[in-house]
Amino acid sequence: MYRTKFFDHLILLSGVFIMVGPLLVALMTSSHEAADIHRNGLSILPGGHFIETYETVLTREGGFTGKITGLRMMMNSLILGLGFAAGKILLSMLAAYALVYFRFRFATVTFWMIFTTLLLPLEVRILPSYEVMNSLHLTNTYTGLIVPLLASATGTFYFRQFFKSIPDELLEAARIDGAGPFKFFVDVIVPLSKTMMAAIFIIMFVYGWNQYLWPTLMTTDEGFFTLVRGIKQILLVWVGSNIPDYNEAFALAILAMLPPVMIVMIFQRWFIKGLTESDK
Amino acid sequence: MTHAPSLSPTSPAPASATGFFRRFRSTPAEPASAKRVQFSSPFLPYLFLAPQMAIIFIFFYCPSVQAIRSSFYLEDPFGFGSSFVGLANYTDVLKSTEYLGIARFTAVFTALVTFFSLSIGLLLAVKADGVIRGNAAYKTLLIWVYAIAPPVAGLMGMMMFDQHIGPLVKFAGLFGWEMKVGLNYNDTAFAMIVVSVWKQIPYNFIFFLSGLQGIPVSVREAALMDCRSGFRRFRTVILPLLAPTAFFLLIINTTYALFDTFGVIDVMVKDKAANNPITLVYKVYMDGFRGNDLGGSSAQSVILMIIVFVLTIFQFRFIERRVHYN
Amino acid sequence: MAAINITNVSKIYAGGVEAVKSVSIDIADGEFIVLGGPSGCGKSTLLRMVAGLEAISQGTVEIGDRVINDVEPAERDIAMVFQNYALYPHMTVYNNLAYGLKNRGTPKAEIDARVAEAARMLEIEQYLTRKPRALSGGQRQRVAMGRAIVRKPAAFLFDEPLSNLDAKLRVTMRGEIKQLQKRLGTTSLYVTHDQLEAMTLADRLVVLNGGRIEQIGRPLDVYHTPASTFVASFIGSPAMNLLRATREGGRLHFGSQVLESDRLSALPTELTIGIRAEDLRVARAGEQSLAMKVDYIEELGAQRLVHGRLDGKKLTAALSPEIELSDTIALTIAPSRLHFFDVTTGKRLAKALDGLGGRREVASTLEAAIG
Repeated sequence: MYRTKFFDHLILLSGVFIMVGPLLVALMTSSHEAADIHRNGLSILPGGHFIETYETVLTREGGFTGKITGLRMMMNSLILGLGFAAGKILLSMLAAYALVYFRFRFATVTFWMIFTTLLLPLEVRILPSYEVMNSLHLTNTYTGLIVPLLASATGTFYFRQFFKSIPDELLEAARIDGAGPFKFFVDVIVPLSKTMMAAIFIIMFVYGWNQYLWPTLMTTDEGFFTLVRGIKQILLVWVGSNIPDYNEAFALAILAMLPPVMIVMIFQRWFIKGLTESDK
Repeated sequence: MTHAPSLSPTSPAPASATGFFRRFRSTPAEPASAKRVQFSSPFLPYLFLAPQMAIIFIFFYCPSVQAIRSSFYLEDPFGFGSSFVGLANYTDVLKSTEYLGIARFTAVFTALVTFFSLSIGLLLAVKADGVIRGNAAYKTLLIWVYAIAPPVAGLMGMMMFDQHIGPLVKFAGLFGWEMKVGLNYNDTAFAMIVVSVWKQIPYNFIFFLSGLQGIPVSVREAALMDCRSGFRRFRTVILPLLAPTAFFLLIINTTYALFDTFGVIDVMVKDKAANNPITLVYKVYMDGFRGNDLGGSSAQSVILMIIVFVLTIFQFRFIERRVHYN
Repeated sequence: MAAINITNVSKIYAGGVEAVKSVSIDIADGEFIVLGGPSGCGKSTLLRMVAGLEAISQGTVEIGDRVINDVEPAERDIAMVFQNYALYPHMTVYNNLAYGLKNRGTPKAEIDARVAEAARMLEIEQYLTRKPRALSGGQRQRVAMGRAIVRKPAAFLFDEPLSNLDAKLRVTMRGEIKQLQKRLGTTSLYVTHDQLEAMTLADRLVVLNGGRIEQIGRPLDVYHTPASTFVASFIGSPAMNLLRATREGGRLHFGSQVLESDRLSALPTELTIGIRAEDLRVARAGEQSLAMKVDYIEELGAQRLVHGRLDGKKLTAALSPEIELSDTIALTIAPSRLHFFDVTTGKRLAKALDGLGGRREVASTLEAAIG
């Protein structure tokens, strides 16, 4: 019995080592000097240049045009993450509410039109999507960054499932209590969906923050770069130089992963609940 | 006021003291029209649906139709219009040895990524479900990586596989393997698979763990009395009950390996795709944005659409079946 | 408070299924009407049509003097208690009670007063700040009642409100509902599949079968003179024994067993005989009797239910626990206690009833004599 548990823990610990190890190494290494890293390799011990490196990365104006700072990229990431999550929740709650709680003529057609979007990820239609954005003059705008990503029904699907699971009698009681469609939505549906909204918000924020391909296409102006989008640019600079700025690359990577990792960690319960109970 | 065509009133299970939300969850999926009583209003539902429909129309239907349309046209490289070429773009693509090579790599890549991320995720979930001490800590630590963006994961991979400082390169060196990620095709492929698997393990872990925890204690106890061997119990009782989760994850992982690994690949091949392995999605991107081969890229898009379409239909059919398992 | 008139009401669903078939019930002001019947008999649909939760396909429903067919549920001046209570889980008990009043723009002071009054009546004052999930099943039930009471509606509609409670609580709440309704004097329409609830609560009982009214009447009348085998088997526990018999002159043949009476002459030769378990008793020596083979016995304390077979057909007798039992017992019944039903339609044979003088007729004759 004890031996079984010992091996179980051994497997789990090696799992943790594999999953968390690289992150720890990246964090620690980022606090050393570039030359130091070049000489001695990666490190699992903290170096003395933590604040210095992160300050440089966040505030130095870099990139090809020499305008973009880490802070600016971080803010852009935040705008993308928050805007995407908020937009997703708003759009999908309204649409799901209409689909579940209203009887109307084109309900079935609408349903299928929305759910067909689940079939094709953005990746398979990037080129024409880009051209649509181009013709709308939405490249290098936050709108162009966020709105097209909303064109998928995942959120609507989650909320529809959730609304369907709310007992019918609640609507019936509310109708007898004199609540119309707006009142019922505001007084009953929204408060009941709070947990669900939080869970979806977390999932969508992480999803939005981590977007890569779409921002890569949509933003050529460095002022709109997100952290994740900026990674590639950093690498391009890095490849060319003699002693690569490993420390700064790691610092940026850490900054790019920090907010989503923190959110997943802090709201772990909601996050897992949202993921496993709605992502079907 | 309207009604669903069902005669028997639903008889809900007794409200347990554990709260309303529990009961919300236990309701099985019903046909499209969900509620016995619905609002009817001449314009409200359309108002609520309008934002979603507008965005879907502009950013989903238009581009999708456009992709299909341009897959039948050849764009003049100097921008002087385009001409209809029928299926020529498709035959060109499917005859190209380069494309077929990439397709073969994509298939191998997808299979390996799916297999390893599923098995490692399952192994960790089973172990985490089995131990009591440290259960929560393991869980927290093991899911971190889920939140990391694929290109950032790619960057971590570049670091671990770096020619000068990468510990994994040094480790491989101990066995006489001179790893040259970014230069050697097979070494790059290996590194890409490792990073992609690493990134996906937490997702599978979360689902397997919640699947395991969803198995009623009474079933486990019954199995405990019926079967002595722990491994046999796992194989004959636990695994079949996890099958729906595993099947769901199989589809999700396949689409992950096909599409979401774009960021990993983009970072790891460092713009030198020529002698490095890439997947089909990356090829669409390369041809469309770097090669300016609009027709060819669109034809590839449509081929991918068909693959995803088949996968998703498969998944939808399965979800319906999944309901019966619960 | 108001009378409710349901006139020729039908419910036809889109698929052509007719759930309620031309039902008419006139409910007096302050009356407690129970709609009983098995699941799928249309009782809930009827209630929901009165509530405005289902469209009325044909016929009219009037509350007071107003036809409310096309009136929104909120404007029908009714209140409903749901089977699963349908409390708003995110609102406190106070807000659950107050929500409907707020929506109608009732002044705050009056809302407070009404909620306080209802809470006092239902003894839920100390829970007003709690959320429903912090309440037990019985307390939730009271809150659901309170939500109906604060509205001071013309009518209460109950949709199987007790079926989520455990047996003991159900008995308590049943009593409270009855008491409350008497006190408030509010017209009530109550749906249940539980015959005991139906019997104990109703001023008048409506038994529905397949969307049609099978019988309307006071509980005891329905019990003693069921209009059909359907009602006979629905009302009363244990259910009335129903046995096929053939009549030859003044003799009823239950297979090999025979019962004699001089009052059977008007009846057809093929019959369904109804026998209440408690009308059977052990035959004294010399009395004519039916021999029952005993299968098993259920002790109820005050009574003993003996289940057995009469010529192979199932029969249940409620006997006094004092009586000694053997494998076969000789049972007898007063011929006046027999119920006669048509073999094909299952309808009560009214003529035979007159001749035999059922209990109801006896009662009314007595009343007439005294009066």
